[in-house]
Amino acid sequence: MTQIASPTTRNIPDRLQSPLSRALRSWETLLVGVAIAIFIANSFASPYFLNVWNLSDATFNFTEKAMIAFAMAMLIIAGEIDLSVASIIALASTAMGLVMQAGFGTPVIALTGIATGVLCGAINGTFVARFGLPSIVVTIGTMSLFRGISYIFLGDQAFTGYPKDFAFFGQGYVWWVISFELALFTLAALAFYLLLHRSNFGRAVYVIGNNATAAQFSGIRVARVRFTLFVLTGLMSGIAAVCLTSRLGSTRPSIATGMELEVITMVVLGGVSILGGSGRILGVVLAALIMGLVTFGFGLLNVPGIVMSIFLGLLLISTIAIPRLIRRK
Amino acid sequence: MKTLMKSREALLAIVILLMTAAIALRFPAFVAPGNLVNVINDTAPLMILALGQMIVILTKCIDLSVTATLALTGMTAALLNGMGVPLPVILVTVIALGAALGAVNGLLVWKVGIPSIVVTLGTMTIYRSMIFLMTDGKWVNAHQMSDGFKALPRAVLLGFPVMSWIAFALIALFAVFMTRTALGRALYAVGGNPHAAVYAGINVGKTQFAAFVLSGALAGLTGYLWIARYAVAYVDVASGFELNVVAACVIGGISIAGGVGSVAGVILGAIFLGVIANALPVIGISPFWQMAISGLAIVIAVAFNATQSRIPGRLILKKVSA
Repeated sequence: MTQIASPTTRNIPDRLQSPLSRALRSWETLLVGVAIAIFIANSFASPYFLNVWNLSDATFNFTEKAMIAFAMAMLIIAGEIDLSVASIIALASTAMGLVMQAGFGTPVIALTGIATGVLCGAINGTFVARFGLPSIVVTIGTMSLFRGISYIFLGDQAFTGYPKDFAFFGQGYVWWVISFELALFTLAALAFYLLLHRSNFGRAVYVIGNNATAAQFSGIRVARVRFTLFVLTGLMSGIAAVCLTSRLGSTRPSIATGMELEVITMVVLGGVSILGGSGRILGVVLAALIMGLVTFGFGLLNVPGIVMSIFLGLLLISTIAIPRLIRRK
Repeated sequence: MKTLMKSREALLAIVILLMTAAIALRFPAFVAPGNLVNVINDTAPLMILALGQMIVILTKCIDLSVTATLALTGMTAALLNGMGVPLPVILVTVIALGAALGAVNGLLVWKVGIPSIVVTLGTMTIYRSMIFLMTDGKWVNAHQMSDGFKALPRAVLLGFPVMSWIAFALIALFAVFMTRTALGRALYAVGGNPHAAVYAGINVGKTQFAAFVLSGALAGLTGYLWIARYAVAYVDVASGFELNVVAACVIGGISIAGGVGSVAGVILGAIFLGVIANALPVIGISPFWQMAISGLAIVIAVAFNATQSRIPGRLILKKVSA
């Protein structure tokens, strides 16, 4: 998994690229182009596409995943990964179901979901940051553990019968076509933009991703930052669990299976280097929009879900492969 | 004696024996020879897959697509059997197909330089979805398979079913391959220190490619064994089982950082999980506990690996506050 540096000479250009040409050549510009192309293709492919309510519905395809993707992006930039996010959703949703069955109201249910997410993130963070274990194996383990606990509680059963007002998180609208989830997504995008690009913490994340040893020596508390990132990912997974459970109105232990793949695809498609050290929130936002548009377009064309997962797998591999193959020539 | 106590394999063997003894105290039927043969035979697919996963992890990679490969080759075997293709041809086809699917992973890692976790996360979905495209989601059931097709892994030879014998043969083969061949040693070298491996004249990418091809071929063979033994093929065959395969490796002392591990350790790791899986129904615990237990076993094993391999470094900067 490590790259082996070949002893090539660094080519230092005489002058830097102008800001304009740099912006035009950026990954984000490419994503905007792709998004526009898919939007146009969709509106030609189906007459039902250009309808504000349909478009509003389409946002549900990505809002929950994107909320996790923001936190995952920071985690991957810092050189770690969390494969357990979908299992955290399953466990958080199960915890919410248990609290609901105990007769608690909507606020407690929602808080339980979020708290469970934070706790799971803290467990991952403790193993990685405190004990220095590789995040891939730890989260492969907790991926099995968290969902396994859901199976212990639920088996082949399901929790249903959430209170009526609990449905607001996944089905409610804040204003006109703006759903609660879309508003939350926008807010999360803004918050993570500020955190990653406008704060000391964000700079520390980049430094750790590029050289954790150098970060340590420059006074960054590497372990603490890593721990915080896992907790943040857990928190966002908990919030996503509240939204998803509310939207589906039920909890099964198989909820959100395979979502970690979609979240990671979103992050990588957004231009975040899987090896850490680079990437931006804007890219992840655009990737979320693209994946939402594609899923929605396929849905309108009656393409089965499993074909979409082939497309997703190819998208994940080709977005990493193509830039590498081009750069080589 | 001291080195024996420190050896991971000996420790794991003792844990397995203690665990089996504890179960046998309450449920003597568990250690009846017939049941032990069952436990070993149930674990055979996990052993074969774990051998493949081991060589991939040794080279600092990971193969999450093994069970998707297994499901795809298994379905291919079932479909070929339905067309009346003779069994030897089916066997060659599944192994070749498995190797080809592994080669796709390997090429993306070797020639394109994509991290293996991303490659295999992607191909895991793609391979499994291809089964859906091949069959439209339909199942191939027992009555659609020929008797000869189903009989091979179950035929009993000297007390053990053929499926177990195949696993035993592969274990012996790998024990020799890992310690006595150039490629086997190269697998360790590439994971242990890639830079040193390059200077020693080993092609790192090519070795990783070879590991993926071997892992794919083993998954292909297991695909046939699995489908023939359970006599049913569908899209979600062995879904999620890749975690058990990685768990067997990690429990068996394979370091995820590469370069460390042994055939004996991996096999004991697989048996450890196999004993738990077979003991749960015996001692009356719901099989739904299985997933959480293997998850917990992975986490504990990786924590244990880390404490064992931690090299005490020189203290350069003193920690002022905890």
